[in-house]
Parts: sequence; structure tokens; C-alpha cells
Amino acid sequence: MEKFTEVMSVAAPLPLINIDTDMIIPKQFLKTIKRSGLGKNLFDEMRYDQSGNEIGDFVLNQAKYKNTNILIAGDNFGCGSSREHAPWALLDFGIRAVISTSFADIFYNNCFKNGILPIILPKKERDLLMDDALKGSNSILTVNLENQEIKRPDGSIITFDVDQFKKKCLLNGLDDIELTMKKFDKIKSFEDSYFLKFPWLGQ
Amino acid sequence: MLECKTLYDKIWEDHLITEDNDGTSLLYVDRHLVHEVTSPQAFEGLRISNRTVRSPEKTIAVPDHNVPTTLDRAEGISNKESRIQVEALDKNAIDFGINYYPVNDIRQGIVHIIGPEQGWTLPGMTIVCGDSHTATHGAFGALAHGIGTSEVEHVLATQTLIQKKSKNMKVEVNGTLGLGVTAKDVTLSIIGETGTAGGTGHVIEYAGSVISNLSVEGRMTVCNMAIEGGARAGLIAPDQKTFDYIKGRPHAPKGSNWEMAINSWKQLYSDNGSRFDKLVVIDGNSIAPVVTWGTSPEDVLPINEIIPNPNDFDVQKKQAVERSLNYMGLIPGQKLEDVKIDTVFIGSCTNGRIEDLRDVAKIMEGKKVKEGIRAMIVPGSGLVREQAEEEGIAQKLKEAGFEWRLAGCSMCLAMNPDQLSPEERCAATSNRNFEGRQGRGGRTHLMSPAMAAAAAITGHLTDVRNLI
Ligand code: SF4
Repeated sequence: MEKFTEVMSVAAPLPLINIDTDMIIPKQFLKTIKRSGLGKNLFDEMRYDQSGNEIGDFVLNQAKYKNTNILIAGDNFGCGSSREHAPWALLDFGIRAVISTSFADIFYNNCFKNGILPIILPKKERDLLMDDALKGSNSILTVNLENQEIKRPDGSIITFDVDQFKKKCLLNGLDDIELTMKKFDKIKSFEDSYFLKFPWLGQ
Repeated sequence: MLECKTLYDKIWEDHLITEDNDGTSLLYVDRHLVHEVTSPQAFEGLRISNRTVRSPEKTIAVPDHNVPTTLDRAEGISNKESRIQVEALDKNAIDFGINYYPVNDIRQGIVHIIGPEQGWTLPGMTIVCGDSHTATHGAFGALAHGIGTSEVEHVLATQTLIQKKSKNMKVEVNGTLGLGVTAKDVTLSIIGETGTAGGTGHVIEYAGSVISNLSVEGRMTVCNMAIEGGARAGLIAPDQKTFDYIKGRPHAPKGSNWEMAINSWKQLYSDNGSRFDKLVVIDGNSIAPVVTWGTSPEDVLPINEIIPNPNDFDVQKKQAVERSLNYMGLIPGQKLEDVKIDTVFIGSCTNGRIEDLRDVAKIMEGKKVKEGIRAMIVPGSGLVREQAEEEGIAQKLKEAGFEWRLAGCSMCLAMNPDQLSPEERCAATSNRNFEGRQGRGGRTHLMSPAMAAAAAITGHLTDVRNLI
């Protein structure tokens, strides 16, 4: 997993609430057996018309936002299906941080496992960043994970909370499975007493 | 004094292997269900890092999302990408030695239907699957939730999951349901009340007389949509009905194990006086047959209402409502019952079980699907299909004008050939009405199987109570 330390970029505003994972990556793109290459279909139905041409109005089609690494989103971002294709598509497009007032649980967790930092802020602060994002090209945000800070274009700082375990994994690009496999003896002894208590589950 | 524990607390504690200071915990996983869409990258990950599946006997795989539901699928899947995904699962199941129900096995079906059907789903378990509707299994008093593909890989490799404990939420539905009101109306009405983010960060326990009076299948319908209410999992305390449902299923405990299991399952309830972080109480007597009008499952109204006006909502929701009415091609003030439909879809893990098909058959008794309406029934599993055929339901429904399909997710999501065309309007028994969910530009109204049958008869959204 790619490490996340600091990301500096123009942020793209997506004020719509309840953006679900079907909107982030429609199901016709879930037929892949790979993780990469989904960026071109990110927000596909909002981004392209029926004949596959870019819809100029859509935020990620505008020149100033095409290379963005940060999304500022409306409430309850990432609800719906658990597909990890959603963060894969965001990552493949280049998004490394998503900022909103709330995220759906599964999407939120999936982000961390793919090197994307989802940040939850109170509405007032998210709205300030939304205004910054709407200003476009010269309005650069800097997201720093170590300090848990977002620097706004005017130099002011917004701080955010993050789970310390998730932070450590993201900062170091650590793989969960490796960490858990180090605990195999604990799992083994758990199983021993567990199956004594619930023998019908041991099969 | 003894500490009062909720059902969720009890299951959590039974499965806790380690817990760090910040609450990050390692949980043991009893059953891992796998389907073709969210697993290939996980198996690929195992191969790349030279890992194996730690407990193949606790891992159960079935293809469902991609498979065509027409009879010709026995000859192979024509869509190349779908075929590759299903073949990848065939291969992964063999290579890693996991339990498998391939496309042409009579037991194949939607993953959340076959888990309970085969007795893999038992009370007190932890069950995970790379699919958000894993919440369905909570109807048995199992802690069941969806996980992402990285977590699928983690569970395959370690039979554990890294989790933090959620908060406890209780949804109590009291009273009795009126005529024509079903589990689907209950679960949709709950979401209408709490909103799609109402359960975020919580595990919901459903309780109250309405819930305990529901059949086990009805309870599955309720828990299935816990995810639409924002919760990762829904739970219902198991009772005698649950035990009766499980007994004798292929993977249910047998002999002395059965006695032991029952005794243990009887402890699975929230202690009197246990504390919930959030409580919602709903009067079951006031629940009417409902439909959704928008593109979020919270856009629910009783069938005899009118399409709402965006101005009646707060600023943020107003924008979403304008967008969804535009997408749905609906006008504020229009009567819901006047909305004409093109298609009826009966199936999915929400309502693809035998009782759902019986409900449809009952409403269709002596009636026909209105001319010009495309109507299809997709049983949730090969065994549900077989049972409906044995009961004579299949024949009746075919005569009434329904297409009778093979098992799969079908038109619940547009990943297989069953899709809506742009602006095609569908009365659906599935669980999601998101934009494009059933096909690009397709318009979905969620409802119960009985309500979908009523719509099939009249050709518009219809109050089923007028047909009973
Ligand atoms: S029936 Fe629909 S909701 Fe259920 S598992 Fe299949 S696609 Fe998902």
C-alpha cells in the first residue's frame, strides 16, 4: 500500500449529499478481476454522456480539477454497496483524500486499506473547504496526516481526528494481513478454547 | 450486580481475540461467504504473497451477481467479462479447497439466500461477506456484515477481522401489522423514519412484537435492509421459530451438538435493562404498504400519498430531491397510485425466498399481469425455484404472465443481462433504488412482493389492500 504523508492540491467540490458507491463506480465496471485501471470510469454516469463524451459541467471534467488529489464532498459520502472498487477508482484517478461531514462505514474503512485518507469534519469547516474548492486553480489545500492538519489557501489551519491505528498503517503503508499473521499463536489458542465451548462450530 | 449486556455485546465478546488500548480489536470469523465480484482481487493477493486460506471449511463460495438467469446459461455465459469472473471463482474454489456451489448446481443462488438455506448461518456466529447485504444473516442472531475486498483477503488468510466495536441501537416495532402490510413495508418504513444515515456507526437490534411475530424469512427481509438504514449489521434475537427453521438443514449441528447449540443460543438476547446508545420506537399499527418515490431508500411514502415537493425539505436534501424527481420523471403533487410502470421485478436477497413467491401467488390468484408489462420472477436459489415448482406456484405464476427465471441477483443490479432501459420504470422487490442501479437511466420503485404483484395486475403503483 502506498504511504500517505502529505498531499497538496487543488480540491474538487462535490456538494451533492448521499453520493453512493454506484455513482462512484457503476456496476458495469465491477467485472474486472484486477484492482487497477478504474480511474477512467470514476463517476462514469455523471462524467460521460450516453455516447461516452465528457460532460463539460461535471467537476472532474473541468481543466482546473482534472489533476486534483482531494475531494470535498457532501454528507454521507460512499453509502450503498461495499464494493472496494470505489476507493480503487478514486485512487486510480489520483484522489488521495476525501473530506466530508460523514462517510458510510464500509467505504470509510476501505479507503484506509488503499492509501486514501477520508477526513470527517464538522459541517462548518467542511463548508469553508467547499468554498475554497469552488475557487479553483489558485486555491491549494495541503493535507498533512502526521500533524492531522489541513492548511487552507489563506494559511489558516483546520485540524482533524483520525484513528491512531489507521493513521500508523497509512503513514507507513503497512499491510494489515502481515500484522495479523504475527498474532497467529494468539488466534490458535483462542480457537482451542472457542471450539471447546462451541464444538458445533469447529467443523 | 451483574452487568447487563446487549445481544451485540455478547456475540462480540465471544469472538474477541485481542483488543488494543484504542479499541482496535481482532475478531474471530465463523463463516466467510464469497461471491465472484468482490473476491478475485483477494485470491490474487493470496497468490502473490504465497498465502493459503486458513479455514477453507468455514469458507463458502457461490457465483450470483453476474450469472444470467435464463435457461440457456447451462451452455455457458456469453458475456466475456462475466464469464471470466465466474471462471475465476470456479478456479479459486478448487485451488483453495473451499465449499462451492457452481452455476449449474441446484443449490446455487444468491449468497445471502443459500447461507441460511444450507444451514451455514447459525445464531451467535460472526459472518462476513464482501457484500453489504450480509446484514441479512442477522435475522438469526448472528453478527453479520459486509466487508471490502482487502478485508476478504484478510479473512481468507487469517479467519479474523480487524474491527472496532460499533454502538448499540435498538429499533422497536410494537403493535400488529395491518392487512397487506409485510416485513418489507416494516423495513422500508424504518428507513423512512431514521434516514439512510440513521444507523451509521451502530449495530441495530430489531425488537418488539411486530418483529417477533414475523417469520424467519420476514426477519431476513428486515435485517437485509439494515445497511440501507446506514448500519453495518442488523440483529434479531433467535427464538423457537429460528431454531425450527435451522433444524435439519445440511450444515446445522446434529445429535448432541444440536442440544448443546440450542442451550447456548437461548442465551442470545439483550439482558433486561441493557443500555442502547440510540433507541427508535415505531408503532407497527400505523405502518401502511409503502413504495419509494426517489433515488434513496429513505424516500419512502405510504402508497396513498402524493409525490412530495422539494421545497418541503431542508436545503441540502432539497437539491437531492429535485435531482431524484427529475431522474425519476415525477411531478410534485402527483398521486403515487397514478404512476405507471413498465416492468415488475420480483427477486433479490431481500425478497427472493419461498414465502415471497407465495405472497405474489396469493395476490395473482385468478388475475393476470396487465398486457404490455414485462414481469419476471427470479427465485433466490435453485432450491427455492424447485420448491415453488413443487408447490404449483411456478405454474400459476407463469400462467398469470410472469417469466420464470433461474436463480441469481438478476435485475437487482445491472451486472448481468437483466437490465432496465433508460426511463423504464420498475416495481422492484429489491433493496436499492439508486440512480442506474437496475440499468442506466432506469427508474426503480422499491416495494413488497405483494405490492409488486398488485402493480403487475394494474400497470401502475397500486395499494394492494384494494386487491385483497
Ligand atoms: S440480490 Fe442484489 S442486493 Fe442481494 S446480493 Fe445480489 S446484488 Fe446484492
